[in-house]
Amino acid sequence: MDSEITLQVDGSERTLTVDTRTTVLDALRDRLGVTSPKKGCDHGQCGACTVLLDGRRANSCLTLAVAHDGAEVITAEGLADVVPDGHLHPVQQAFLEQDGFQCGYCTPGQICSAAGMIEEAAAGHPSTATDPAAEGGISLTDDEIRERMSGNLCRCGAYVNIVAAVHQAAETAASLRKGLPDPAEAAVPDSPTAASMPAHPEDRP
Amino acid sequence: MSNLLPGRAIGTPYERLDGELKVRGTAPYAYEQPVQNPLYLHPVLSTIARGTVKRVESAAAEAVSGVFTVLTSETTPRLEDPSDRELAVLQDNSIGYRGQIVAAVLAETPEIAREAAAAVTVTYTEEPFSAQLRADGPELYAPEELNAGTPTDSSEGDVDTAFATAALKVEQTYSTPAEHNNPLEPHATVAQWDGSVLTLWDSTQGVHAVKGTLAQVLGLEEEQVHVIAPHVGGGFGSKGMPHVHVVMAALAAQVTGGRPVKFPVTRRQMYTLTSHRTPTLQRIRLGAADDGRLTAMSLDIVEHTSRIKEFAEQTPAPFRMMYASPNRSTTTRVAPLDIPVPSWMRAPGECPGMFGPEVAMDELAAAAGLDPIELRRRNEPGVDPETGNPWSSRHLLECFDLGAECFGWDRRVTRPRSVQEDGWLVGLGTASAVYPFMRQPANTARIRYEQDGIYSVQIGAADIGTGAWTALTQIAADALEAPIDRIRLGIGDTKFPAASVAGGSSGTASWGGTIIAAARAFRADHGEHPSPGAQTEARAPQDPEAENLALYSFGAHFAEVRISADTGEIRVARMLGVFSAGRIINPRTARSQFLGGMTMGLGMALHEQSVLDPRFGIFVNHDLAEYHIPTNADVLDMEALWIEDRDEHAGPLGARGIGEIGIVGSAAAIANAAYNASGIRVRDLPLTPDKFLT
Repeated sequence: MDSEITLQVDGSERTLTVDTRTTVLDALRDRLGVTSPKKGCDHGQCGACTVLLDGRRANSCLTLAVAHDGAEVITAEGLADVVPDGHLHPVQQAFLEQDGFQCGYCTPGQICSAAGMIEEAAAGHPSTATDPAAEGGISLTDDEIRERMSGNLCRCGAYVNIVAAVHQAAETAASLRKGLPDPAEAAVPDSPTAASMPAHPEDRP
Repeated sequence: MSNLLPGRAIGTPYERLDGELKVRGTAPYAYEQPVQNPLYLHPVLSTIARGTVKRVESAAAEAVSGVFTVLTSETTPRLEDPSDRELAVLQDNSIGYRGQIVAAVLAETPEIAREAAAAVTVTYTEEPFSAQLRADGPELYAPEELNAGTPTDSSEGDVDTAFATAALKVEQTYSTPAEHNNPLEPHATVAQWDGSVLTLWDSTQGVHAVKGTLAQVLGLEEEQVHVIAPHVGGGFGSKGMPHVHVVMAALAAQVTGGRPVKFPVTRRQMYTLTSHRTPTLQRIRLGAADDGRLTAMSLDIVEHTSRIKEFAEQTPAPFRMMYASPNRSTTTRVAPLDIPVPSWMRAPGECPGMFGPEVAMDELAAAAGLDPIELRRRNEPGVDPETGNPWSSRHLLECFDLGAECFGWDRRVTRPRSVQEDGWLVGLGTASAVYPFMRQPANTARIRYEQDGIYSVQIGAADIGTGAWTALTQIAADALEAPIDRIRLGIGDTKFPAASVAGGSSGTASWGGTIIAAARAFRADHGEHPSPGAQTEARAPQDPEAENLALYSFGAHFAEVRISADTGEIRVARMLGVFSAGRIINPRTARSQFLGGMTMGLGMALHEQSVLDPRFGIFVNHDLAEYHIPTNADVLDMEALWIEDRDEHAGPLGARGIGEIGIVGSAAAIANAAYNASGIRVRDLPLTPDKFLT
């Protein structure tokens, strides 16, 4: 059975027809051609499909599109749009600088998950790594980051660098929250930008 | 030899050039390549391990609205060469393993294809089968040779006599389980046949390997097969050669009137269709004099293969060259089982083959009352024990020395089960790592001068997360003495010249060496000021000198393990790898690759095992909820270092490859640390908590 729904995808209103069995992930990838969220297992076990669904991180393979008519979906591709001048989102910039990925397939999910969890921690949501006796806000220790990012598998084994990237991004987010300048600096100033690396060499200028 | 290319871009820790696409998620992987009006393929898999298909009842499936067709062995186009039974999909009714493709649905949407596949009914004639690996199995045989042309057996001196009279002895059996590669991007193929050209968007470690194999099985000219894979979401060996799904997609595309066919292999289907690592049983004897010097060493391997296609892993390879002993022997026997076809997984041979021996060396060190590093020092061979060839660059002991200093090895308490902190037993362990230098000859690179100082550099290589986009651009920049932003690299497409597979840690040296040769040829042809359009192709350089040398990378792993005295829960608190791998092209991406190998080694040590149920011939834990790979919370303090090492015999790059050595020996270091922590010697991976409960 087919249904027509509307989703706000990365800031654009998209009306589409879906099978009632279509997941949010397949609606994005197969129906709308939005392939930034990835399918790694289709069972909610790997986190590659993580998007921000109405502002919260969610495994988009585990939820049906018809249940989210009118919902707002932000993918890693759309996350960059919140930053002016075409720059990367601070989480993306941190993953790039800290080399928080290798093959890149889990990366959009890791990045949406990191963006979501930094906000969750700032809002005071505890994890199993949080000390219940601690007072004040949640401090994003290594253990907190590892625990909160463990729903996102990376087979290349980039976890050490992912933790470093989340630290960097969380510091940036904290500075921006206080109205301070971004503390992040380009690690290799003369590095050629990725803008010189289109998807296919034939597409190069 | 002073043929080494001077480095400017080489050695600089550039960020990944494909990084921005990756963090946005816009780098197109195989399934994501835009095609018009595709059909979706969902396979029906056999539910018996051996026998024949009696009947496929597909009427109910074909009645589902939106189904294009149901392919069976009666309706599937014929292959020109069905001799490879792994690839001969739907060519006859025989069943070689449970989970084999016995029909395939093509439909307008993925949901319809899956529903219709579930509606196909298959009846079988079952035959007795075997799916259990046993050291005394009735069908064990000696393969003609092992993977990579490795000899099956080896023997020197008289091991039995030397072992019988040895002052110190270790005689044990070790085992490693079957494992699955599980790249995060599932295998996927999109196939389109326009009547003369087959286009495959495939998730592969080698576009030219896919082209060659598909042309052969389909009976096409190689020019008729175009394979595209600019970005690949990991492979770790399982994408090294095309598996059955690629052939299935290509055959299906012949019946659709030109419409493309998308075949995304599901995570669960990957457990039967896209290969795995064989389990190994390793019987080891080490005999030594009182001072720990080895007098006898033998390794007898038993592993499995599939009855329909032999893959015999070269598990004894590292044992043959690692340490000196006058009396040495190895054997390898394989059991043909009615199971899915095994193949490469990260460091086939070296990875399982360094587990048993490196734990045995730890046992010998304990028997000799020696520090494990000192034991290795005393058994350091002056030349390759197997060939007698001199080492090009063996720095194993330097790796141990630097690692011991950085890791705080002097804090290790020799007597096991001596350190307990807050209910956790704490121990340190170490093990050697090794990986051979491989450089593949079947490579050609093309260089063309465009304009404005811009050079196109093209070779049909692959970046599976290794950083090839970046490293090859750096190499090309230095080879052409051009700024890095003037290089336009082209890889991942068979329209670029032939290139070898991203495997065997050979990519950077093989492709990079060929790019250097092409750059030198280009300058010879066109000089320093070429005209736009000037172009040169060159093949991989010959290097006869290397034939008389033993070229290997080495490393030393250190691990601190903490085991709960009450529950047996085991955690790797710290891990350090120190490597000698020749020249490092990009320190940023190299560190990531070393750490990635070590992380996979941590998974091998603690978590990973594919459980084959001998009653049904099925890997029962066939998804990521039950096959556990390391998560973020499993990896604590982990670091990788390397020592300065430019191998003048490893081609003009001086780099020996880094993709696999990070995993080799890492599980042994963890197992040795677990013994030091607990006093319990676990010889069977993985190190699950139950094994530490006494």
